Amino acid sequence: MTGKPRRAAAAGTRGQGEGAATTGKPRRVVVTSPRTAAARRPRHPLTREIDEQTRLGEVYMGSLVRTQFRLALFVCSLLACVVGGLPLLFLLAPELRAAELFGLPLPWVVLAGLIYPALVGGAWLYVRQAERNERDFADLVDVRR
Amino acid sequence: MSQIAAVVLVMLATVLIGAFGIRVSRTTSDFYVASRTVSPLWNASAIGGEYLSAASFLGIAGLILTFGADMLWLPVGWTGGYLVLLVLVSAPLRRSGAYTLPDFAEARLESMAVRRLSSVLVVLIGWLYLMPQFQSAGLVFRTITGAPPWTGSLLVAVVVATNVLSGGMRSITFVQAFQYWLKLTALAVPLAFMLVAWWSDGRPGLAPGDEWVLPLHGRDHPVYETYSLILATFLGTMGLPHVLVRFYTNPDGRAARRTTLVVLTLLGAFYLMPAVYGYLGHVYGMPESDTVVIALPGRLVGGPVGQFLTALVTAGAFAAFLSTSSGLTVSVAGVIAQDILRGGVRAFRVATVLAVLVPFALAGVARSLPVATVVGLAFAVAASSFCPLLVLGIWWRRLTTAGAMAGLLAGGGLACAAVAITIIGGPHTGWAGSLLAEPAAWTVPVSFTVMVVVSLLTPSRVPRGVARTMVRLHTPETLNVDRGDWRPRFM
Repeated sequence: MTGKPRRAAAAGTRGQGEGAATTGKPRRVVVTSPRTAAARRPRHPLTREIDEQTRLGEVYMGSLVRTQFRLALFVCSLLACVVGGLPLLFLLAPELRAAELFGLPLPWVVLAGLIYPALVGGAWLYVRQAERNERDFADLVDVRR
Repeated sequence: MSQIAAVVLVMLATVLIGAFGIRVSRTTSDFYVASRTVSPLWNASAIGGEYLSAASFLGIAGLILTFGADMLWLPVGWTGGYLVLLVLVSAPLRRSGAYTLPDFAEARLESMAVRRLSSVLVVLIGWLYLMPQFQSAGLVFRTITGAPPWTGSLLVAVVVATNVLSGGMRSITFVQAFQYWLKLTALAVPLAFMLVAWWSDGRPGLAPGDEWVLPLHGRDHPVYETYSLILATFLGTMGLPHVLVRFYTNPDGRAARRTTLVVLTLLGAFYLMPAVYGYLGHVYGMPESDTVVIALPGRLVGGPVGQFLTALVTAGAFAAFLSTSSGLTVSVAGVIAQDILRGGVRAFRVATVLAVLVPFALAGVARSLPVATVVGLAFAVAASSFCPLLVLGIWWRRLTTAGAMAGLLAGGGLACAAVAITIIGGPHTGWAGSLLAEPAAWTVPVSFTVMVVVSLLTPSRVPRGVARTMVRLHTPETLNVDRGDWRPRFM
């Protein structure tokens, strides 16, 4: 972790030194390593708990998997209600089969039109929430916060 | 004549765009997955282009024309399957690092036996999916030239094999992306003209009391068959071999999710159209067949414009044959090359020939069913085998090697048996016919139940590295954690 910025800084000075040599004006630069993050680093980062599969690490992983699974289950249940409910609705209320909307048969308006934007909308909401869950988890365990 | 020109044009364009890929594909990993340098928009278009097969382009409209409103569920399920895939599978699957379904099985269950069984199922699903593509290529070719059906099948088989052999996956990605937009245009432009023609005809509607338009009507057991169709299509999408490969070309899990969202949008836009083709076909009394999409523009719009539109939909149909067949061939060949032959570019070439040859032969001898029906059966097999494997594998730690094996054997085996009986011995009538023609409603629950029950009975066979695998599947790539060192075989 700390190796990377230092290497980058060293490469930077070399580049600058060469640039300076061509103009004939050697210039000193102060190279500092960003120690601010390292200074605040806890003694046992939570990612190490996960790496070493300690009880604490397992609890954190379990919470991430459960959160994402609950979200997935919620979307799937909603989908099952809409998609599984429609044939049931047509079965139990036969007058709906022949009903009309905008001059077109209702089942066609729903199944060949309205359901597609609804699927896309559901997917968009899911992606937003799933990414939020992951950000929350990263904030929780990442040492760089 | 203009139709033949259109077909030649599509074939040429496919081969030429594919040839661009030759220059960039050099190493084995290039050959397989385009080295993961494919951008998200290309990737989403490519998934769309690959997914929209002859069943989507021709088959849906044909089935809607034949059976009516219940068949509207087919495109809904083929789109909605991506929502299920998105929420349950997409990001973890990308993070697993698996390139094929057998890779995932091996990574998650740490078992070569499960890997080999998955390979067999991938090849079976791939061939079942390829066979009707070749059959309908023959059908359309006969419609436009009068040549015997096998010539059209052969034409498509040769172009696909050449394309895959010459460029591998990279070229396929460009070809596929091109094919999506071609298919969308080829269906949308004639539709616009036909709607104008329909409007100026005085907007003819259905005869009063026409039962064709009603849902839950027209088949033996419409309620069972509708629910079974919904289950197969919504759960089967995630288990299709050629879909999974595309997720590997995303840079990370987050990108995989976003790509799926774009795919859902692209497919939703496309699937608005086949229903209108089916509806207009019924209003104008077209004969019930898979070729209604080809015949309808010429029927509604006469003269040279009508001829041009017919050529355009024919081009779209051949784009559909080529794109899906190419994608499936790459996936099936990849699995054969890795798991049956010994891997490497040479094995991939041999495998490509095998992957095309078998379904081409099957297309010649099998009973000709509507293309969307056979593709629906491939979805049913995928839903009863890989869907439980993926869902339980990603979300349930206690899945065991024995449980996965038993579930794949029971679900996949039963579904394959039902498919074989339907294609070889069918059509059957009554309840037996419905249960065999739409098997998902019973094979999917059987597969899930067997997988869970056997896993619970064999707790000692939980894979040892399951905790590490769960970290790998679920933690975002931004976190610096130990994800284990499993890599797919070809790297």
